[in-house]
Amino acid sequence: MADLRINLAGISSPNPFWLASAPPTNTGYQVQRAFEAGWGGAVWKTLGDPIINTSSRFAAVHFNGQRVAGFNNIELITDRPLEVNLKEIGETKKRFPNHAVVVSLMVEPKREKWHEIVKKVEAVGVDGLELNFGCPHGMAERGMGSASGQQPDLVEAQTMWAKEAAKTPVIVKLTPNITDITATAKAAVRGGADAISLINTINSLAGVDLDTWNTIPHVGGKGAHGGYCGPAVKPIALNMVAECARNSLVNVPISGIGGISNWRDAVEFMLMGATGVQVCTAAMHHGFSIVEDMIDGLNNYLDEKGLQSVTELIGRSVPRYSDWGDLDLNYQVVARIHEEECIICNKCHIACEDTSHQCIERLTTDDGRAYLKVREEDCVGCNLCSIVCPVEGAISMVELPSGELPMSWNQRQKAMASVGDSNQEPGGTSKEAV
Amino acid sequence: MAATFISAESLRRNFAEVKAGMKPKEAVEESNRCLYCYDAPCIKACPTGINIPSFIKKIASGNMKGSARTIMEANPVGASCSRVCPTEELCEGACVLNHSSKPIMIGDLQRYATDWAIRNEQVLFKAGRSNGNKIAVIGGGPAGLSAARELARFGFAVTIFEAKEQAGGLDTYGIVSFRLPQEISLWEVEQVRQLGVEIRTGTKVGTAISVEEIRQQFDAIVLAVGMSKVPKLGIEGEALQGVYDAIEFVESTKTSIRTDIAGKKVAVIGAGNTAIDAATCSVRLGAEEVTIVYRRTAAEMTAYDFEFDFAKQDGVMFKWLTAPKRMIGDAAGNVTAMECMSMRLDESGGQIKPVPVAGSEFFMDVDAVILAIGQTRHLNLVEQLGLSHKRGVVTIDPVTFQTSDPQVYAAGDVIFGDGQGEAMVVSAAQQGKKAAYALYQQIVKQQEETA
Repeated sequence: MADLRINLAGISSPNPFWLASAPPTNTGYQVQRAFEAGWGGAVWKTLGDPIINTSSRFAAVHFNGQRVAGFNNIELITDRPLEVNLKEIGETKKRFPNHAVVVSLMVEPKREKWHEIVKKVEAVGVDGLELNFGCPHGMAERGMGSASGQQPDLVEAQTMWAKEAAKTPVIVKLTPNITDITATAKAAVRGGADAISLINTINSLAGVDLDTWNTIPHVGGKGAHGGYCGPAVKPIALNMVAECARNSLVNVPISGIGGISNWRDAVEFMLMGATGVQVCTAAMHHGFSIVEDMIDGLNNYLDEKGLQSVTELIGRSVPRYSDWGDLDLNYQVVARIHEEECIICNKCHIACEDTSHQCIERLTTDDGRAYLKVREEDCVGCNLCSIVCPVEGAISMVELPSGELPMSWNQRQKAMASVGDSNQEPGGTSKEAV
Repeated sequence: MAATFISAESLRRNFAEVKAGMKPKEAVEESNRCLYCYDAPCIKACPTGINIPSFIKKIASGNMKGSARTIMEANPVGASCSRVCPTEELCEGACVLNHSSKPIMIGDLQRYATDWAIRNEQVLFKAGRSNGNKIAVIGGGPAGLSAARELARFGFAVTIFEAKEQAGGLDTYGIVSFRLPQEISLWEVEQVRQLGVEIRTGTKVGTAISVEEIRQQFDAIVLAVGMSKVPKLGIEGEALQGVYDAIEFVESTKTSIRTDIAGKKVAVIGAGNTAIDAATCSVRLGAEEVTIVYRRTAAEMTAYDFEFDFAKQDGVMFKWLTAPKRMIGDAAGNVTAMECMSMRLDESGGQIKPVPVAGSEFFMDVDAVILAIGQTRHLNLVEQLGLSHKRGVVTIDPVTFQTSDPQVYAAGDVIFGDGQGEAMVVSAAQQGKKAAYALYQQIVKQQEETA
């Protein structure tokens, strides 16, 4: 059994699985149930000035019969009185002294407002604060949430204001609704953030009803954009976490959020630089008990890898994440189809034929048996066939020795520059790299 | 009076369709499981070439009308076939997922889509613009309906001559209700009728209308009369009361419930699919005991494996290597017993032949005997039409389905036998389509060329 404990900027928890600030962490009852189920921490649903929620709030994207590939909400921050929340936070922390109780905050971008809420919340005994600069709907129209989170100077200033009053670690939660996530991540760091958490939800419209032509969800026939999360956003979140992790100016711990549904996802986020993870949609889909497999699966994985502590995973894949210009242009893989596994559905053939490089041939043996074969000399190693193949192990991408030294685009450009412009290829290849 | 009292209501329940249709969630899950293979083997394994991945994808996307149309386009009796096709030998047997998981339940999905069309009273096809030619289709079973549907879409004026009260042939009358309810087949008939095809029911060609009249009134004929009654065994006592023709017996259960089998001991002679149908019908009619008597063994029986399993589940008993020698009746002329002989399989002649075991005679107590030993041919009609045939099996060009008479095409069971054709409903449908295409080529294309 490996050690699953983490310490994120001074906030410790028995395992890396926290509930994100969201409907599951609305009340003391819920958070305590979650801790009983095994969650290592919880970020309390955002506290701030009173709001009013709509009826009809959530929607989901279902994919090919699978429920909740993505999840969308137009719910706002807590709609319960601050005093009630603070009382329950205090009770929860007392009952679970070893669990991480972090409280999410959102107030108007005014110094005194931040000071006031930070002091009130810390007074009940919390392990840390998370500044919600990410919520993309409702609060943003009032200059809060992602409206302030999209402006680096506002992120920096508000972080600073919170830090001025805070005695516990401050995590800044970033919105993904921005072109370059590191811009706001760096601003948070400049403001004194102890950690960052990302991503918050992505601007979204879950769908349109084909019968009524109403938005999904709609409130009395009208809709507004919501925040998207769940399994579908994982790759977006993972990239943003990785971009922050590999940026030397973002030198604070990261709490990874975005479509994490199981221990495998959690491992990926930690390998890409997260110190711990936050989960919401998976819990909303299945209930708190899913954390049991998260913990168990992670434990078994760490044992199998011979790792003593989950912290040994943190950032291990970050050095492998780079820019396109640094990729080796001489590296080559080709698809190889294993006949004994292949069920001849021909999906690889038609995918390659219609949409890639026309190099998978349908052939027949002398005794009339159909089989598929890759014309390796024409295969560009795009992976498409192995992606559409429904049978695990039927197609593998095999590395071919190119016989040449590694050469990235950047190296190539440099080399060409050093031999002068006269050798440049016609058409100005440098433009293509942009 | 039967010794056992079974209410008519419970008998009716016994004849309700055994298998429930897929629930919406099942259909969504199963349709999404389909890989949507390219050049899918299931399509090739379907005698009518239904674009199976396409109709399944349409279920997954919620395009139910498109799904039903894809099915019915290729197979005008696709709703019936979803219930009676030996799918494990056809589409499902060819599914690539047999190699890595479980095959897609294609038959059930096909039923799901066509049930939707039936329930929502969809009209899926339109007649083509009139081309001025008239075709007579003799016989309104699967092959005849299929030919008529395609001909109507080509713009022919089509009249189906059907001897029975309703069209649909074996789908309407010959397949037990608990596998194929009559309304399914009648919906398919209605689909054809809605294309403007005239269906003259109760009109037996050769009796109600002469072959000559048809020849005068129509430009061409599609002969799709199927087969006729079960032949006689040629043994003593066959005329006794309580001895039935299996085809007629099954037919009698399609429209009403008969109460005369309840509590009886029933022997079914033969071991094809019709024998299974007669046997399972008897069980559901409340027979005390039902035995299939077959002169060969289980290995030689022609019933599909799933039919055999179905009969066993219904409690039907099997007496292999047994042949009836004579039937014995009481003073009132009711069959009461059957004298049988044990058989053995003789392989000496190169062919496996059942031969009687000398001195093996024994008696079986029976109250009813149902003969299911094949079907005779509509020889008389074939001869009136003057077509070449082998013992009633009409000879055709295997590509065009044209008979020895260039104006007459034939499809379905009327061409099945002597190594020609297939006995399945789905094959009959395909033959009907092919005959229609060939006729179109012959008549319309010729006219266009000479015009």
